[in-house]
Amino acid sequence: MSEACKISVERRGDVALLHTDGYINNQGGEEIAKQAYAQLDTGARALVLNLEKTRIVNSIGISILIEVLEKVMDRKGLLAFCHLTPTIDKTFRIMGLAQYAQIFSTQDDALRAVAAKG
Amino acid sequence: MSQRNSTTPGLAAAGVREISLTIPVAPEMEIVATAQVAALGEYMGMGRDRIDEVKLALVEACINAFEHSGTTDERLHLTFRVGREAEGKEWLEVEVLDQGKGFDHSHVEVPSLEKNFGGGRKRGWGLHIIQSLMDTVAITSGEWGTRILMRKYK
Repeated sequence: MSEACKISVERRGDVALLHTDGYINNQGGEEIAKQAYAQLDTGARALVLNLEKTRIVNSIGISILIEVLEKVMDRKGLLAFCHLTPTIDKTFRIMGLAQYAQIFSTQDDALRAVAAKG
Repeated sequence: MSQRNSTTPGLAAAGVREISLTIPVAPEMEIVATAQVAALGEYMGMGRDRIDEVKLALVEACINAFEHSGTTDERLHLTFRVGREAEGKEWLEVEVLDQGKGFDHSHVEVPSLEKNFGGGRKRGWGLHIIQSLMDTVAITSGEWGTRILMRKYK
């Protein structure tokens, strides 16, 4: 019955693309953070999180994403999200995350945007 | 000439249909509860995005209660209702009741991301999210516990 979030990572040069699949709660958030920090520590400049297969992100999960955002900002990097459901998009905007991380409709748009800022 | 009726069959004005569910305070039980929201939302023909908003509000109410209520019976008592106002507006309502220690919700600070930066506490968004996603939210709390009653119109 577990809704544990699965994360897969693709590296494209200095951009790390993380795909999530499932509920992002504390465990899902921690797993994203672990993978994201590993990518930053191995030279990733930008992180793109594709949430196409996630329909719920709770506030604990978002609080962990904010910690990831802080770490990315500390390193002068970029964090972008794509394929958010309208509810997740709305929640990110409610919490102000959209002010600091970019949100795109598609993965291609996100990748193009972070590449342009390289 | 036939006329399409978009109201939910069997839902009389001011009539209410209700489902009750008790969940244990345990990881991911909040996701189990969201299945009821999805089923009732689909029954009344609510759009998927609005159903998702109710599901997230329920998740936030449950995890708040799991973490902070100090509930004595280690359970949350949930009630899901669909109804229609006299003028025809249909609604989906979720009640989350815990038998914990209660809290003064008027003293809950509205969080801000700027305050969260720099190693500060990044939690405390639950009530703000619930209030932003739902059309009406009523919170009553006392030594008997806390009741959050939240409603979303179709």
